[in-house]
Amino acid sequence: MTAIEIILSIFILMGAFLSLLGSVGLIRFPDVYGRTHAATKSATLGVISIMIATFLFFLLVEGIFVGKVLLAILFVFLTAPVAALMVARAAYRTGVPLWEKSVQDDLKKVYEKKLNEPQ
Amino acid sequence: MFHTLLTIVLAVMSISLFVCFIRTVVGPTMPDRIVALDSFGINLIGFIGILMIVQETVAYSEVILVISILAFIGTIALSKFIERGVVFDRD
Repeated sequence: MTAIEIILSIFILMGAFLSLLGSVGLIRFPDVYGRTHAATKSATLGVISIMIATFLFFLLVEGIFVGKVLLAILFVFLTAPVAALMVARAAYRTGVPLWEKSVQDDLKKVYEKKLNEPQ
Repeated sequence: MFHTLLTIVLAVMSISLFVCFIRTVVGPTMPDRIVALDSFGINLIGFIGILMIVQETVAYSEVILVISILAFIGTIALSKFIERGVVFDRD
């Protein structure tokens, strides 16, 4: 293996490990908020590192500059937190319960106060 | 050696995709399924990225962009739909 392939292997292995970790979190966490946390953070970082490896492979080995892969990195990096926020807010507003061992729910007080206020 | 590693990583990504699919089918509530579908799309992007290295082609770069956009738009539309019953707010 050349030095370039070793660097690419490190990026690819890190990405695959983080993606697998995100999926394990997705199936092991007890409620939807924990699953959002696991799926968004680690899977996004894993995909970003795999995309960096793809970009470096085509740049260093094949000699092609693939700008679309860089665009995909930027897009995933920007949109994954927004999607997680929307899903978590929809889950809370439609009344999906927290895990029964959760000790704190600060958002409940805010929503109760907003409901009691005259519109 | 590098090709063997790529094959192993493809297998790992397949396991990851399968786990997301299990959560999509099992998921007790609707937001669970939406999170799992979003994660499925994101893992699919990584899968296709490794496939690009295996086949040494840049033909799939548009596929990556389209899948990322579709996963994002689908997640936003579904979560807005289960929150209010409408996708577009008109006020």
